[in-house]
Amino acid sequence: MSVSRRPFAPLRNLNAKVAAVPMIITVLVVFVGCTLWTVVYSFTSSRSLPTLDFVGFDQYVRLFRTSRWTVSLKNLAIFGILSLTFSLVLGFILAALMDQKIRFENTFRTIFLYPHALSFIVTGLVWQWILTPTFGVQKVVRDLGFETFNFPILTDGRFTIYAIVIAGLWQGTGLVMALMLAGLRNIDDEIWKAARVDGIPTWKTYLFIVIPMMRPVFITTLVIISATIVKVYDLVVALTNGGPGIASEVPAKYVYDFMFSRGNLGQGLAASTIMLTTVLIILVPWALLEFRPRNRSGGASK
Amino acid sequence: MSSSLPSFEPRGHRPKRFVSPASIMIYSVLVVAAIYYLIPLYVMVMTSLKGMPEIRLGNIFSPPVEVTFQPWATAWNSACTGLYCEGIKVGFFNSMKILIPSVILSIIIASVNGYALSNWRFKGSELFFTVLIFGAFIPYQVMLYPLVIITRELGIFGTLTGVIVIHTIFGMPILTLLFRNYFVSLPPELFKAARVDGAGFWRIFLQIMLPMSLPIFVVAIILQVTGIWNDFLFGVIFAGTKNFPMTVQLNNIVNSTQGVKEYNVNMAATILTGAVPLLVYFFSGKYFVRGIAAGAVKG
Repeated sequence: MSVSRRPFAPLRNLNAKVAAVPMIITVLVVFVGCTLWTVVYSFTSSRSLPTLDFVGFDQYVRLFRTSRWTVSLKNLAIFGILSLTFSLVLGFILAALMDQKIRFENTFRTIFLYPHALSFIVTGLVWQWILTPTFGVQKVVRDLGFETFNFPILTDGRFTIYAIVIAGLWQGTGLVMALMLAGLRNIDDEIWKAARVDGIPTWKTYLFIVIPMMRPVFITTLVIISATIVKVYDLVVALTNGGPGIASEVPAKYVYDFMFSRGNLGQGLAASTIMLTTVLIILVPWALLEFRPRNRSGGASK
Repeated sequence: MSSSLPSFEPRGHRPKRFVSPASIMIYSVLVVAAIYYLIPLYVMVMTSLKGMPEIRLGNIFSPPVEVTFQPWATAWNSACTGLYCEGIKVGFFNSMKILIPSVILSIIIASVNGYALSNWRFKGSELFFTVLIFGAFIPYQVMLYPLVIITRELGIFGTLTGVIVIHTIFGMPILTLLFRNYFVSLPPELFKAARVDGAGFWRIFLQIMLPMSLPIFVVAIILQVTGIWNDFLFGVIFAGTKNFPMTVQLNNIVNSTQGVKEYNVNMAATILTGAVPLLVYFFSGKYFVRGIAAGAVKG
């Protein structure tokens, strides 16, 4: 080791270390520190101010006895399963249709994707307006002559979560379509030719050859959508504000309300810790799958 | 195929294929889907151009009989959010005041991070990077309260600086990933040659890397502009009542419980709030898609 050219280890690459200071602080203080803080304080009796008075799992026990929380979880499950299923299926079908060397591809892509540029607040308010019984779809159908037509999706608590699903799909399917289209374009043309030579019908080629080959795209999409589903907040605030009653509450809203407007910090922290756990349950298996075999070179991002 | 040819000229099999059952099916599905995606935009625009009496009587899909731009003026100048009746323009300027510094700051920091991570790795840099990427998936709700305490201690809670710092922090994972992947893909010979010539960390960054990075900067700007403009949660918590961004003010205008709901004004305000990201989207088409794809790449 030539001492004259290589400086003392901590000073080596000093500029790079200085440049990385904001990242290091963010990682240590925010992503690690704040998360740990939340987990630790979720075991305390904190109300409007944080206190270090540990009460074990009391907050969690109380949380799962609260109907508003269990309703939130149920809604998140319904919203999550329906959004995932429909956005993946519809997104893939749209992408497969767009991949048929069609005309006006750019126009269609623009139309499918523009809702994704809009905020959840805008999305929520527009669909609130379209689904309002007194003005929206219900009134339009009644005006057409079907006078007993009922579409109480926003006023009957049993259906409100589906309104959120509809709006969420409108906003998000375009993104899935774009990702899937990119995935389809990466499939070698030779595969299609070979399948055609073997006389395999198109739908079978998609189902048994193309989709399995697109596994990485599906997984990435799945992880991205799941992470946004768990966080869903703005959309609910704008579309239903959790109502009627508590019918369309979601965990993220529970956390916000208990932390910032009800002054019941312990509940908010316990609820957010459950959210964190949910994300880890999704993320850890994915990370293990993704990062274990590192011999696969290349990939979408290098 | 040149479009100047008259359409009736015989041209082999193409016209036949164009109307094959398969293509009819493909186009009809796509057109139906396109209508579904366009309806909300159509309804928004139509509603915002009607007067209230016409809204109460007519249906939401019918075009306005009498076009009026009054709702737009009201939405911009005098719609009420909470106690104030100064219109959505207050929110618009707040959003701008948040947007511009947040975008600049987050992109500067992330590009330098990405550059350091790709060309000047140091012990632990990969570990920090991995945690950073994982941080992107942690629900914000988990970090919110401690961040409120930190910003309050720093004296920036409820200020524009506070919300700008928060946006910079939460933009960091995806932007750093974007820049790192881009810088890794540049030919390493350039970097080596510059080092041999004696250029240091900052000089290589400013004189060699930056001039080659325009495409990735465009993508990063698009991602950040749409992301920050559309934010609601950080604005409502960290910006403070005076500085509420447009999304928060819009929600306050539309979902306020008092008074008669002026749907036309609400829809005009909604369009105005959606206008900035929509313009970005329409004028940057290809880059927007690339930005989305880049935001989706694996770490």
